[in-house]
Amino acid sequence: MVEETPWQQALRYANRANPYPFYEELRRTPVARQPDGTYVVSTYQEIVALLHDPRVSSDVRKLPVPVAPPAEGSAEAEPITEAVVSLEPNIITQDPPEHDRDRRMMTPHFVGPPHSPHLISDLEPEIRRIVDGLLDNMQGKTRIDAVDEFAYPLPVTVICKVLGVPLEDESRFHGWIETALDSLDFGPEAASEEMQSRLAGGRQAVEEFGQFAAELLDRYAQQPGPGMLSAMVNEDGPEAGMSKGVLVSNALLLIFAGHETTVNLIAHSVLTLLRHPDALEKLRRRPELIVPGVEELLRFESSVQFWHTRSAVEDIDIAGTTIPKGAPIFLAYGSANRDPKRFANPDELDLERRDNQHLGFSQGIHFCFGAPLARLEVQVAVGEFVRRVENPRLVEDPPPYRHNQIFRGPRHLLVDIDGIRD
Amino acid sequence: MTVPATVAELVREFRANGRIVIVGASLAGLRAAEALREEGFTGSLTIIGDEPYEPYDRPPLSKQVLKGWVSADHTKLPRLREVNAQWRLGVAATGLDRAAKQVRLADGEQIPYDRLLIATGTRARQWPNPDEAALDGVYTLRSRDDAAQLQKALAAPPSRVMVIGAGFIGSEVASVCRELDLPVTVVERGSAPLVGALGGVIGEIAAEMQRDHGVDLRCGLGVSSLEGDSGGHVRRAHLSDGTTIDADVVVASLGSIRNVEWLEDAGLASGFWGVGCDAGGRAFDVNGVITDSIYVAGDVARAPHVLYEYQFLAMEHWDNAVLGAEVAAHNMVNLEPHYRPHLLLPGFWSGQFGVNIKSVGVPPFGDEIVFTQGSVKERHFAAAYGRRGRIVAAVTFDHGKWLEYYGKLIEHSGPFPPPPPGWDQPPDMKPIPAEFPQPGVPTAIPDVVLTGHDPSERRAEFRSRPR
Ligand SMILES: Cc1cc2nc3c(=O)[nH]c(=O)nc-3n(C[C@H](O)[C@H](O)[C@H](O)COP(=O)(O)OP(=O)(O)OC[C@H]3O[C@@H](n4cnc5c(N)ncnc54)[C@H](O)[C@@H]3O)c2cc1C
Repeated sequence: MVEETPWQQALRYANRANPYPFYEELRRTPVARQPDGTYVVSTYQEIVALLHDPRVSSDVRKLPVPVAPPAEGSAEAEPITEAVVSLEPNIITQDPPEHDRDRRMMTPHFVGPPHSPHLISDLEPEIRRIVDGLLDNMQGKTRIDAVDEFAYPLPVTVICKVLGVPLEDESRFHGWIETALDSLDFGPEAASEEMQSRLAGGRQAVEEFGQFAAELLDRYAQQPGPGMLSAMVNEDGPEAGMSKGVLVSNALLLIFAGHETTVNLIAHSVLTLLRHPDALEKLRRRPELIVPGVEELLRFESSVQFWHTRSAVEDIDIAGTTIPKGAPIFLAYGSANRDPKRFANPDELDLERRDNQHLGFSQGIHFCFGAPLARLEVQVAVGEFVRRVENPRLVEDPPPYRHNQIFRGPRHLLVDIDGIRD
Repeated sequence: MTVPATVAELVREFRANGRIVIVGASLAGLRAAEALREEGFTGSLTIIGDEPYEPYDRPPLSKQVLKGWVSADHTKLPRLREVNAQWRLGVAATGLDRAAKQVRLADGEQIPYDRLLIATGTRARQWPNPDEAALDGVYTLRSRDDAAQLQKALAAPPSRVMVIGAGFIGSEVASVCRELDLPVTVVERGSAPLVGALGGVIGEIAAEMQRDHGVDLRCGLGVSSLEGDSGGHVRRAHLSDGTTIDADVVVASLGSIRNVEWLEDAGLASGFWGVGCDAGGRAFDVNGVITDSIYVAGDVARAPHVLYEYQFLAMEHWDNAVLGAEVAAHNMVNLEPHYRPHLLLPGFWSGQFGVNIKSVGVPPFGDEIVFTQGSVKERHFAAAYGRRGRIVAAVTFDHGKWLEYYGKLIEHSGPFPPPPPGWDQPPDMKPIPAEFPQPGVPTAIPDVVLTGHDPSERRAEFRSRPR
């Protein structure tokens, strides 16, 4: 058997809870060619350079399907996995000028000063109310699942409100998202029969989810309603006119990214703080540290571990390697955020870390669209958890992880508690 | 004690009990003071400023303040930390006695120093005819008071505004006027707006942008005189082509003058383009010898820059003031080999006509330009400047996120034209002349200037060494 590369090992499910030792090995070759022709970039400086390099495309349509080298004895190369499910491009999987135009159209309905500078900050009371409600519900319990009862419900409720998706439909799209997430695999296990059948299920789920979004958009086109999706359908500016397919795709992206990443971030924040009682105590004593603290948690357990739709549109010389034109490029944010060349003592949690320009939200033109919302949600959720939950203890360490490697996070997080303060 | 131990002791003693004086209580002055405390300086710190106000921020003055979004007295700079200084506000420094190590103030007081930071910045160049400049309705824009008065005048509203000079500030004022729906005429002696800073090719785009927004733009023309009414209020401008324009608000944005007069007899390398210093902010004396106790930062400093053939660079940019101040402060309380260089890649931003213009590097150092990304027609684009096959600067219109990439290319002396992007390529990617004005041709004064000696200008005057 051929020995697995550090990247392949990092992607194995067995290593989901702790990929960091493999990342460390991976960083010895900042730009590492994988057997399937993918170039994995794992060091901070190189990733930042590529995030700002206009010779790197994010457009899935320019992405070749990675091909495994011919297996021994066989003459033919084998496609291992289709990197993305067939959908129209959305802002993450588009290049300028389409990307710029579509993102510009979406911005005013979301983060956008000067149009709606208070949109996010005005959500704070609502977010506090939801968080308080979730913690109130735990009253009288001695054991909670911090994913199901805390990390998951908040972002889902918030994103539905922001976008204007009926919360009643939550259980349906929750299922589709889970199925789709579990179907993606970039590691050596992708070729297994199980993953191949999951892949089919994932496609089906995305299709149904897309149908759901299309119907919702149709309804808003006839009868405008609250939220961003309705605003986007009914847009009539000089730049109006995202095609229906692109609209659906962006809607899916927002519903999806709007909560999946935040769930993992909240869960990982709780897990990390419980593993670092000193930090937890410090945060309890100095609640104002929540702002730099969340940045550090974003660095420490990056919500998006890597991204997979980029490719080189020209030969790119970097870190002594040439990424050839046409090659897929994976940017390993989770590794860059632990790069000792950029962060002193990267494996230490330091809530007061200075100059913490982590890549938890990426950089450049694809910088996370939802970052301001995610920050606020996590700050409120983690801040209140620390303040109100009495004597929280991990039941199981490491907890069981979800399958997905990109959106890595605990599936459940059992915590024993003494009670909930007011 | 060994020599190193003695030196270390001296540094410690200075940090604990030294006397530092900063002249200029604005961006560079404040950030230097904060950095000194951050570096552990606990001695006495005096900050002298001729304006009566605590340090405030200038970029909003020509933008948010003029629009009436923010009032001029709400531009105070945020304090990053306690500076615990003696503030001498509302009194100008009028002289420097290097032998006695004292700064002379307008009120006659002498302030002794062990180390001095010069951060006196620049002031607006006034309309050259003093009688005309004194007419009501004639403004310049540099200070908080200027902005407050001009904002009031714009809100009145005037029947027409005339802006003389289409550099960054003039163009921003014109942009605000259009946002306020005021008729505005811009007169520029050069061939286009921003031509001194960004060249004629970009200038043409800026000109089109102004005209699209309803600015009455007149290039290649000068204002020869201003005419007032019997009440002493400006009414009309006479242009060099014999035409006249009626306007009741006139904004002279003719570039700036370095505040160096107070240094007249100090024997420092101070002059038209500011005070010469090394890359660590240590001032040169008139013979080009480094002083040990005098430092310079911000708009008034000019220092050699490694990326630009070690020519002296004078920059009127916010970033430069902040980083220059931090470096100067560091070096003021350290000794060789712990000095730090201030090697900022120059950069600035400007907001006008709904477009965010940004640049890195020194565009006028280049002689060619190539459009590299986006669309000029939609005014979302990036362009690079080159000189002898190397990239030396870049400019973006609503494409600022890409600047970092060009910055890296410039820092590494990347090739010009730069490698083509993989997408969003402009239709024409052939380098063309950037069309900077020839030296000596009058134009809006650029706010980054390579101030190296140019023999053809015969500006330098050799004075034999004083004995
Ligand atoms: C309207 C306007 C808009 C701008 N917009 C931008 C922008 O968008 N982007 C950008 O990068 N830059 C911009 N700038 C430039 C930026 O503000 C300057 O680069 C910055 O203010 C320089 O800081 P400084 O401390 O060196 O000098 P200054 O801010 O000029 O401060 C010098 C201070 O020293 C005082 N002083 C002068 N002489 C004496 C004396 N003899 N004794 C005591 N005190 C004295 C002055 O009164 C002044 O308060 C803008 C400037 C203006 C005026």
